[in-house]
Amino acid sequence: MFRNQYDSDVTVWSPQGRLHQVEYAMEAVNLGSATVGLKSNAYAVLIALKRASSELSAYQKKVINIDDHIGVTISGLTADARILSRYMRTECLNYKYSHDTYLPLNRLITTLGNKMQVCTQRYDRRPYGVGLLVAGYDDKGTHIYQTCPSANYYDCKAMSIGSRSQSARTYLEKHLDQFSNSSLEELIKHGLRALRDTLPPEVDLSTKNVSIGYVGKEQQFKILDEEETAPYLRLIEGEERRGATSEKPQGPLRDDQGDEPRDPMPDVAIEAAEHAMDTD
Amino acid sequence: MFSAPPFWENGPAPGNFYNFPNLQPQVQQPQDFRQHSQSPVTTSTSLVGITYDKGILVAGDLLASYGSLARYRNCPRIVKINENIILGASGDYADFQYVKDFVEQKVISEECLDDGLALKPKSLYCWLTRILYNRRSKMDPLWNNFIVAGIQDGQPFLGTVDKHGTAYADKVICTGYGAHIATPLLRDSLDKNPQLNLAEAKALIEKCLEVLYYRDARSYPKYQLGIIDVEQGVSIEGPLEVPQKWEIAYHSKRF
Repeated sequence: MFRNQYDSDVTVWSPQGRLHQVEYAMEAVNLGSATVGLKSNAYAVLIALKRASSELSAYQKKVINIDDHIGVTISGLTADARILSRYMRTECLNYKYSHDTYLPLNRLITTLGNKMQVCTQRYDRRPYGVGLLVAGYDDKGTHIYQTCPSANYYDCKAMSIGSRSQSARTYLEKHLDQFSNSSLEELIKHGLRALRDTLPPEVDLSTKNVSIGYVGKEQQFKILDEEETAPYLRLIEGEERRGATSEKPQGPLRDDQGDEPRDPMPDVAIEAAEHAMDTD
Repeated sequence: MFSAPPFWENGPAPGNFYNFPNLQPQVQQPQDFRQHSQSPVTTSTSLVGITYDKGILVAGDLLASYGSLARYRNCPRIVKINENIILGASGDYADFQYVKDFVEQKVISEECLDDGLALKPKSLYCWLTRILYNRRSKMDPLWNNFIVAGIQDGQPFLGTVDKHGTAYADKVICTGYGAHIATPLLRDSLDKNPQLNLAEAKALIEKCLEVLYYRDARSYPKYQLGIIDVEQGVSIEGPLEVPQKWEIAYHSKRF
């Protein structure tokens, strides 16, 4: 497993200027099932693909309520996501208690980013192995934020994370200009199509494996149940699916993809990791 | 060194006290106690606040007293917090300055985030409530009555918090002696004419300060007027002067 002499600790630099442990943590996000976030001027929508760890278990919850105006979807280690969402809930609650108003999204994400960054700089910590898509509405309108284990966060127009999410990103990029003036229904349809593009041909979306959450102006964050999800699924039913090619899951888009010299890439044992820890 | 022998066996030497046998030792008093403030020191008197059709007026005089002594005569206590809030205080002047300092620091810290979001009147009102209630729970209250006036979502907001953390919002709020003398006058006028304009509201406030000046022995004719208007924004006028007519004193039989 260890092929690299510079990945023994989060605090160890490689001569190429990289932090391998942090990059490994970034890979945990790609182990979780795909999730999509997108927004119009009035709504921010989260759509997630749920997985069941066995025939006997229920589908694992992917969309988490943070406050009346914020919700998140997770990809990566579920347990880490629970800690982060508990933190976000506490922050929102404290702000509401002391200021009698909702915590603005950017302030929440900044404090969350600061919390996560500490774990990438101390030898007695490990980075959080989860990526979040945060949807919310505040005085500055609708927001979709993406957070990473590396403690980077991005303010997005639309984003997808999780396994095979590149196909969803491709869909989102293609239809980006249509989102801002879309209705809620249109937005959810786009999200479902994007999510469907991540599926292998033999699998399809169903009320069991799809979770939809949205928030907007005068609309508290709402997670749809199976009955409420069904009509939206029916809207995209029968549409021709785009060629779900058997592309390999790709790593997150990085600024440094190029021809510079690289350290040997880690060989992350995906199968083993999946058995070791719960990722969704 | 010479020391005289005791007067009797186990008795005191000359110049010393006798230790009585079987005497219970004194109960040890705590050495680390602190007394919290139980009364204000440098005080300011009433504030008068009223909502008019497009904003809020808050007025208060410039006097800070030591008990009944008119000690300082230029103490402003109506301050602009940001583009949509003014804060007024009566009660202990030092406590007001302390609160003003950290409210201003809060505004600066928020400005440093540079996210285009400013503190809102209802947020400040809630926040002060929490702070004052917390201090009263430590048996160490900040001895003030605050008035928060501001514009939130295009609507005037007028709220008050006292030293116990008790808070309420209303169209008319007065503190101190004014709560007894001026509130009925303002409420009465507002009942007769619920949509005051700025000029009418100003005249009303001036009248209240005049009555208060005659009736309240801790008041002072120099005052400040804070105005927050939906269109004009924040302005603090003053020092202004209460009109005085002392001829009427001769109509009083008590003189």
